[in-house]
Amino acid sequence: MFKAFYIVVMRDLLLAMRNRSDILTTLFFFIISISLFPLGIGPEMDTLREIAPGVFWVAALLASMLALERLFAIDFADGTLEQLLLTPQPTTLLVLAKVLAHWLITGVPLVLLSPLLGLQYDLSSEAIQALMLTLLLGTPSLSLIGAIGAALTLGLRGGGVLVSLLVLPLYIPVLIFGAGAVEATVSGLGGAGHISMLGAILLLSLVMAPLATVAALRVSAE
Amino acid sequence: MLEVTNLECIRGDRSLFAGLEFCLQSGELLHLQGHNGSGKTTLLRTLCGLIAPTQGSVRWKGKSIRRQRDEFAADMLFLGHLNGIKADLTALENLRILCQLDGLDISDKRLWQVLEQMGLYGQEELPVRVLSQGQKRRVTLARLLLSEAPLWLLDEPFTALDKAAVDFLQTVIAGHINGGGMVMLTTHQDVALITGEVRNLQLGWKEDGDV
Repeated sequence: MFKAFYIVVMRDLLLAMRNRSDILTTLFFFIISISLFPLGIGPEMDTLREIAPGVFWVAALLASMLALERLFAIDFADGTLEQLLLTPQPTTLLVLAKVLAHWLITGVPLVLLSPLLGLQYDLSSEAIQALMLTLLLGTPSLSLIGAIGAALTLGLRGGGVLVSLLVLPLYIPVLIFGAGAVEATVSGLGGAGHISMLGAILLLSLVMAPLATVAALRVSAE
Repeated sequence: MLEVTNLECIRGDRSLFAGLEFCLQSGELLHLQGHNGSGKTTLLRTLCGLIAPTQGSVRWKGKSIRRQRDEFAADMLFLGHLNGIKADLTALENLRILCQLDGLDISDKRLWQVLEQMGLYGQEELPVRVLSQGQKRRVTLARLLLSEAPLWLLDEPFTALDKAAVDFLQTVIAGHINGGGMVMLTTHQDVALITGEVRNLQLGWKEDGDV
């Protein structure tokens, strides 16, 4: 059973390595959208420091959504998805494996890049730490929740736009607590409460989202 | 073994088939016939559990397939119109992953052997995207040689294959049936396999010769 999980994760990572442009587009989107703000607003350090958490989180949200389209669409088009649904393995586990691979490809690079991008906003090391921690806790939730939307819109024309309408409202709690934690840490209030909420959201989506995604996939595969 | 009772399937607002009853025993081949759009693919997808029937039930070994999804999945191999292989992976990688997910423990040596049997010698380590349509189909059909599932549901397995491959595939299917397996397939080609005494299931409403 866990072997199947491992096989699907490795398969998706291998496919991503063979098709690197897919990863890089998401990553460059994140980098460029964050770098545009200092250029547009001007080099006022106080303003930049203030808006940084919000900008980083909104960019992470949009980048994660941009990558969602590819989560199931290619597997759906070439028939591997229906074969996955017909294997004698628990489908929730296979979905979880696909989401994990997707997060490793599109979420982890954002976490790792954020300190570098944080320099543009003159963030203190403490703020950067908080930012990385919230991104580390928050981006898996984004992948998990987004998977539901990606599964629901499989095979629909204009699915990309529909995904954003479905998924962005669900991302709001992650955005609020993610950006809030960084702000609270910087202002000296301590972000522990926000971070606990992010952890709670992650646990909840870890349990519920795969079930909803499997149900949506079964409907889409009909 | 596979029992279908009072099966009805409605797609859109049209009933494709209703009150369908049949049963497939081990060692039997069922040739599913019907004109284009008569619901052959829908029936096969319903039987493998991808589509929920509007009414009626599909039972495997006396139990509804909805109640034993994993057990049934292990006993059944469905090959549809789509090949179900990744274009960026090689034939060998595709086959290995598909077998592992089916719960089969197969050595690489055996995988090489099977691909050679399918006439893919020298193409095992090329990305599938560079193979021809027929060669891609052969990669998919290589699963038949490795499968331990008693029930095969094959939707147009002979499309895109050349004559030699069609003949080879027929011997594979015949071998499976002689070994006590069950096969249900659709095809529009005149293959020897379905011209003898085989069971037929006719879907659709058109008479012979109508276009």
